[in-house]
Amino acid sequence: MSGLLSADLPEEYLELARTVRAFATEVVAPVAHHHDQTHTFPYDVVAQMGEMGLFGLPFPEEYGGMGGDYLALCVALEELGRVDQSVAITLEAGVSLGAMPVYRFGTEEQKQRWLPDLTAGRALGAFGLTEPGAGTDAGGTRTTAVRDGDEWVINGSKQFITNSGTDITRLITVTAVTSELDGKRRISSILVPADTPGVLVEPAYDKVGWNASDTHPLTFTDVRVPVENLLGEEGRGYANFLRILDEGRIAIAALAVGAAQGCVDESVRYAGEREAFGRPIGANQAVAFRIARMEARAHTARLAYLDAARLLLAGKPFKKQAAIAKLVASEAAMDNARDATQVFGGYGFMNEFTVARHYRDSKILEVGEGTTEVQLMLLARELGLPG
Amino acid sequence: MNIVVCVKYVPDATADRQFESDNTVDRVGVDGLLSELDEYAVEQALQLREKREGEDIEITALCVGPEKAVDAIRKALQMGADKGVHVVDDAIAGSDSVATSLVLAKAREKIGAEKKVDLVMTGMASTDASMSVIPAMLAERLELPQVTFASVVESQGEVFRVRRDGDTATEIVEGRLPMVLSVTDQTGEARYPSFKGIMAAKKKPLETWALSDIGVEADQVGLSASWTAVEGTEARPPRTQGEIVTDEDGSGATALVDFLASKKFI
Ligand SMILES: Cc1cc2nc3c(=O)[nH]c(=O)nc-3n(C[C@H](O)[C@H](O)[C@H](O)COP(=O)(O)OP(=O)(O)OC[C@H]3O[C@@H](n4cnc5c(N)ncnc54)[C@H](O)[C@@H]3O)c2cc1C
Ligand SMILES: Cc1cc2nc3c(=O)[nH]c(=O)nc-3n(C[C@H](O)[C@H](O)[C@H](O)COP(=O)(O)OP(=O)(O)OC[C@H]3O[C@@H](n4cnc5c(N)ncnc54)[C@H](O)[C@@H]3O)c2cc1C
Repeated sequence: MSGLLSADLPEEYLELARTVRAFATEVVAPVAHHHDQTHTFPYDVVAQMGEMGLFGLPFPEEYGGMGGDYLALCVALEELGRVDQSVAITLEAGVSLGAMPVYRFGTEEQKQRWLPDLTAGRALGAFGLTEPGAGTDAGGTRTTAVRDGDEWVINGSKQFITNSGTDITRLITVTAVTSELDGKRRISSILVPADTPGVLVEPAYDKVGWNASDTHPLTFTDVRVPVENLLGEEGRGYANFLRILDEGRIAIAALAVGAAQGCVDESVRYAGEREAFGRPIGANQAVAFRIARMEARAHTARLAYLDAARLLLAGKPFKKQAAIAKLVASEAAMDNARDATQVFGGYGFMNEFTVARHYRDSKILEVGEGTTEVQLMLLARELGLPG
Repeated sequence: MNIVVCVKYVPDATADRQFESDNTVDRVGVDGLLSELDEYAVEQALQLREKREGEDIEITALCVGPEKAVDAIRKALQMGADKGVHVVDDAIAGSDSVATSLVLAKAREKIGAEKKVDLVMTGMASTDASMSVIPAMLAERLELPQVTFASVVESQGEVFRVRRDGDTATEIVEGRLPMVLSVTDQTGEARYPSFKGIMAAKKKPLETWALSDIGVEADQVGLSASWTAVEGTEARPPRTQGEIVTDEDGSGATALVDFLASKKFI
């Protein structure tokens, strides 16, 4: 039993892990290469994930959820990330960026309106924070939302927004500057139905990896939504998305651990099968030790995200642990992908091999939802270092 | 409607399968799971309930097998079955299909004593022994009509209409409850359990019965009571290279015919 299945988790989480692993192996893996090569969104796979309730994992049943928790989401993400990061990030972004802000900060009415479809995976929500001039420095947001009677009028552009242009994208939560009291820019979050006039979804990016995940630039031109679409308090948008990103880091870490583990499992198999000089390449310590080290990375990174998730569930501070988990798990994924492609030799450079896909896919893990440098900044701050 | 779905626990086909010294399948030392072909039966039972919304339909998963076989029932419960019944008894080990069908029939009678059973569903065959005879034997023992190998199942009230796709013809067969129905892998992919299903399964009733609970004597089952005995087992030999007939002098056709005749194909 490899990876997560041997972790010390309650039986129902292990059952979930086994179920998602079976789904990932039987349904996701066989089409992963195709969608990667054709840069197409796997609608069938996503629909099945919806039927399995994966998009509802951390939400209560009253909103169509599975009555699980964030740890259950992480378990599913690790198992999906093991075979296909694109599918895993679609789930991660759909849940923690699409639905979670509505659940955490929405009014009862907003939750009733949006959550049932989002938690069932019938619809996807996107979260538009990053702008051409505001990534790490999200405070530099330029998109504005100006109150005009009963409406917000939104203008600006967003960049690199996941799940923003699929056929089932229904909601885009955008951050925008809503007021400038005392010369201070206040950022709020606003719910924008994806079909609102003035929302322009520009052509998808040509990415290095995550090819089957949907990413677009967005432009908002005089987009009008009712004032009730404000999500959370006005001016609290920045603080709110920081909370969302803190949680999201644990989820991204779980996905990254899945990728790291996938590289281990592929390498173990290949090193046992591939022969050179009359014996399996894994019989060479240079190869075996490389894989042993990969396993150690995946394992320690898993402990880091499980720890952060448990603190979150216990209602204890988890910011530092989440930053550490994101930092080490994304590096484990990148390092393991590099090592796995080395184990695979020339085949590791062929796109049809899972490890090659992990090699291209893993890089963004060190950047999305807070770069490695951001995690280090957070850690330094938590340690009380000057600056 | 009260449905009993027979689910078998089989050795994982992707794992190494072993035989015991008495030539019975090692069912304890290997990883097992719910027979994939029986997942289709569970799925059809669940779909039936979904299609006939508003009716009170109860689904019981019934399994005869060793202690670990409870995993097969649990999977059925996670998918959505309401109850589980597990018949486990050391004396059952080594039973052939005749003996197994006796245990299943007696268990189904005990379930029926509490609440009338309308429909017994099974897979088309188990994925290990794959004799495909249990459904017929069950129907015989329970004195029920049988409709087997259904690839499409439709129902209205008491009447079930199924499509059977044979090699040479497709039949539409109708049956009336109560009956035994076996379904094929063409009925539609089985669902994966949801987390809600996994959590709910933990609280669903699951009964464990011994032979004495269903009125079967130990000497009616097991290896010694079985009509069939496995004399020996052998791993399938690796595929050998085919024979190539080259037609250089016009004798190719004769060579082909000779080959087919030697294998008794013609
Ligand atoms: C595939 C993909 C999907 C994405 N999905 C979403 C989405 O759904 N929603 C969304 O809002 N965004 C999304 N993003 C955007 C992503 O979160 C940002 O790219 C990321 O936060 C970095 O921002 P940036 O690209 O502007 O880089 P920059 O902020 O310009 O950073 C460039 C480099 O400078 C470093 N740096 C910046 N400031 C400092 C500092 N003070 N000290 C040290 N180093 C620093 C950074 O760490 C980085 O290495 C996505 C991006 C990609 C590629
Ligand atoms: C080579 C060989 C070795 C065998 N070794 C053993 C052994 O070691 N131990 C042993 O007990 N038996 C052994 N048997 C007997 C075999 O397992 C029985 O024949 C079996 O219980 C019923 O037959 P089947 O699996 O072919 O069922 P099929 O007739 O193919 O099954 C049809 C359907 O009946 C139902 N069903 C069948 N069996 C059960 C069950 N146990 N519980 C619930 N539903 C069921 C399922 O819905 C299934 O889809 C062996 C048979 C063979 C051929």
